[in-house]
Amino acid sequence: MKGLPLLPERASSIAGEVDALFFTLVAITLLFSVGIAIALLYFAVRYRRRSEDDRPGEIHGSLALELVWSVIPLAIVVVIFAWGARLFFHINRPPDDAMTVSVVGKRWMWKLQHPTGQREINELHVPAGRAVRLVITSEDTIHSFFVPAFRIKKDAVPGRYTVAWFRATRPGTYHLFCAEYCGTEHSKMIGWVVVMEPEQYAVWLAGGPAPESPEKFGEKLFVELNCITCHRADSAGRGPVLQGLFGRGVRLAGGETVTADEAYIRESIVTPAAKVVAGYQPVMPTYLGQVSEEQILALVAYIQSLRVPSGETAPAPAGTKVSMNEGGTARSR
Amino acid sequence: MSGETRALPKEHYLNDGYGWRSWLLTTDHKRIAVLYIVSISLMFVLGGIYAALIRLNLLVPDGSLMSAETYNRAFTGHGVVMIFFFLIPSIPATLGNFLIPLMIGAKDLAFPRINLLSWYIYVIGALFALYALLAGGLDTGWTFYTPYSTVYAQSNVVMGALGAFIVGFSSILTGLNFIVTIHKMRAPGMTWFRMPLFVWAHYATSIIQILGTPVIAITILLVALERVFHFGFFDPARGGDPILFQHLFWFYSHPAVYIMILPSMGVISELITCFSRKKIFGYTFVAMSSLAIAAIGFLVWAHHMFVSGMSVYSAMIFSALTFLVAIPSALKVFNWTATLFKGSVSWQTPMMYALCFIGLFTIGGFTGLFLATLGTDVHLTDTYFVVAHFHYIMVGGAIMGYLGGLHFWWPKITGRLYPEWWGRISGVLIFVGFNLTFFPQFILGYVGMPRRYHVYPEEFQVLNVLSTAGASILGFGLLLPLFYLGWSVFRGEVSSANPWGARGLEWQTTSPPPTHNFHTTPVVEEEAYDYTRPPKEAALV
Repeated sequence: MKGLPLLPERASSIAGEVDALFFTLVAITLLFSVGIAIALLYFAVRYRRRSEDDRPGEIHGSLALELVWSVIPLAIVVVIFAWGARLFFHINRPPDDAMTVSVVGKRWMWKLQHPTGQREINELHVPAGRAVRLVITSEDTIHSFFVPAFRIKKDAVPGRYTVAWFRATRPGTYHLFCAEYCGTEHSKMIGWVVVMEPEQYAVWLAGGPAPESPEKFGEKLFVELNCITCHRADSAGRGPVLQGLFGRGVRLAGGETVTADEAYIRESIVTPAAKVVAGYQPVMPTYLGQVSEEQILALVAYIQSLRVPSGETAPAPAGTKVSMNEGGTARSR
Repeated sequence: MSGETRALPKEHYLNDGYGWRSWLLTTDHKRIAVLYIVSISLMFVLGGIYAALIRLNLLVPDGSLMSAETYNRAFTGHGVVMIFFFLIPSIPATLGNFLIPLMIGAKDLAFPRINLLSWYIYVIGALFALYALLAGGLDTGWTFYTPYSTVYAQSNVVMGALGAFIVGFSSILTGLNFIVTIHKMRAPGMTWFRMPLFVWAHYATSIIQILGTPVIAITILLVALERVFHFGFFDPARGGDPILFQHLFWFYSHPAVYIMILPSMGVISELITCFSRKKIFGYTFVAMSSLAIAAIGFLVWAHHMFVSGMSVYSAMIFSALTFLVAIPSALKVFNWTATLFKGSVSWQTPMMYALCFIGLFTIGGFTGLFLATLGTDVHLTDTYFVVAHFHYIMVGGAIMGYLGGLHFWWPKITGRLYPEWWGRISGVLIFVGFNLTFFPQFILGYVGMPRRYHVYPEEFQVLNVLSTAGASILGFGLLLPLFYLGWSVFRGEVSSANPWGARGLEWQTTSPPPTHNFHTTPVVEEEAYDYTRPPKEAALV
């Protein structure tokens, strides 16, 4: 047996905030539970039956009291709700300068890839102090990416991307768990997050053979899968131009506008007919089952890297709107 | 109570026929309640054996006591049996079935044969589930999450799902029967606001059973269709959406929590008033809070899914509604406490259970706030914190209420008293064992131990050993009533018609009651819980 932990380690920028709210709730719980227990025991002893003929007088109730003990708890939960919601927004909005690590859950392992191309299994090395954004998906069942020391958890859902982020504060090695039951070896789908000083992280990255970056891999796939035939850079193709697409609003055939984030691009690859860009025909075939989740992530990374060639002025691909869709970018999926 | 030996009434529902046909073809709500007590007790023992296996495995961190397959089947079996075959039918099908007609002065439920049918459906559903569990087992967790259940699980998912599907109809029929009975069969003078709060609680429960259960039935059917015929409802590889399953599943399974706890709250209102000889404080608020819980309870389901990637705005709405449902629950706790004020409190076994209920339910309710709060739910969800929270509600709440009610109405059901000292001993054992089992799990969850882990990191072992030690005490405490209550059916001291001096109509007939409950139709002239006057001893015999 190894010690008796009563507090989880605190190793991310939000861990302290979660704990502050947690212990406020503990205090409220203690206050009310102890209060109610004392009242119950006091009444039950003070007014214990002294004779079989006891006939206490009648008390019907009190509207004033009912209001008091409805309104006070209501006021308390409104505050807790607002505090919790604010923190949740914070937990779900990665900062703009975050580096993106892709996470693919597969029974029963975690496959991770750094923006520079390094791949890891069940172990994630990250620099302290830098925001890390996780784009998470699964190849089979639902999993959940859980790092208790960071106080973050996000499901890995097959068929879609979820996003989480953290900023590690303390170098060290922390548990990574799968928190959503995924079959026989669920409890062995665990690993470590290794937080390193930024210099050490740079050394770690430099070690080993230079890997292929996700963009490079995606570019190769883009050619191999013949995406390039229709998605040409010169707007003469049958599909929309992808240069400068990422992060913009896209107007759809139905008139609505969506933001071109990871989830949108993934969906457009596996179910192209779901959201057709205004002005285009739904002629793209589905790539569902023909590309792996890691390949899709590489394609997304490649499309994300496509910038508008310099010298041209706002060639805004047909159907796109330059204004950002604020609500859309805040989406967690 | 006089010292001379009493005799059971000459004619009562228990001596109205002794053959197996008189039981298996009965339409008497009281006998059907007894059939249910026997059946759910058997299922409770099975669910308890699974619980023992879980706690045994978790004694050591490396999972060396059983294989992962066995462990996963154990926690799935525990959940499926305890939820679908014990907790959901527990109080409504037993105490509710027995007492609702008696409490409102009716001769039976509105549809006695449908009542019997519901028991047969329960048994058929249980047989399917037992087959699934014992012939190979089920390893999906009681939540049947897709696409694991529909594509990847290598166990008896279809049979298990059919068991849950079938037993749902027994729940629907019971709910339907209660609603019609409460509307149409109240005795003269039994107005809505003179009804015991036990009846109000069951009315609210029945609404959930009728509106919620069909949704889980459809959902389970979709799971079976996808698993057998490979439809693409939930499997993303076939164009389905796994999150859709979670919405459908929790649309029933969250309100199902209220199916389990509301009847228990109804029991507590009866116990608190009788054992403090007081009218309930704030009758209308307690009655209406049951309906409020049933109504709002339907709008909170997605709080189980805050980390599934849903939009932060929907998460906010579901969080806010979840906080709202806490208010009527808190209201009940405050009103029960206030009822004791200036009462005449007697500490007998049922009252001890009622006091335990209030304490444990309060902790269960407050820890629910940790999970309704978005910022803390992210860390706590899918950990042992959740396991501890819902066991405080299900065991500390629902089962405490069931046991308290069972002891309270035992003389009414059997005509005999249970041994009071054994009752108190088992009550204390259950309370101590329960807290030792589940309190450490709050800490385990907070420090990060996920649910459904067959092996776990070593640093979690101390808390797990404490929990297993508590579970042994809890298990022993829960076994005791099985023996002393069983013994008292044959050997217990014969009870008077109204041993507690309670005011409800059910106590104004003999114990046990005659087959048709009352020899003369009662006429109600007073409000519920009028304890200012001594009760008329078995006035309607």
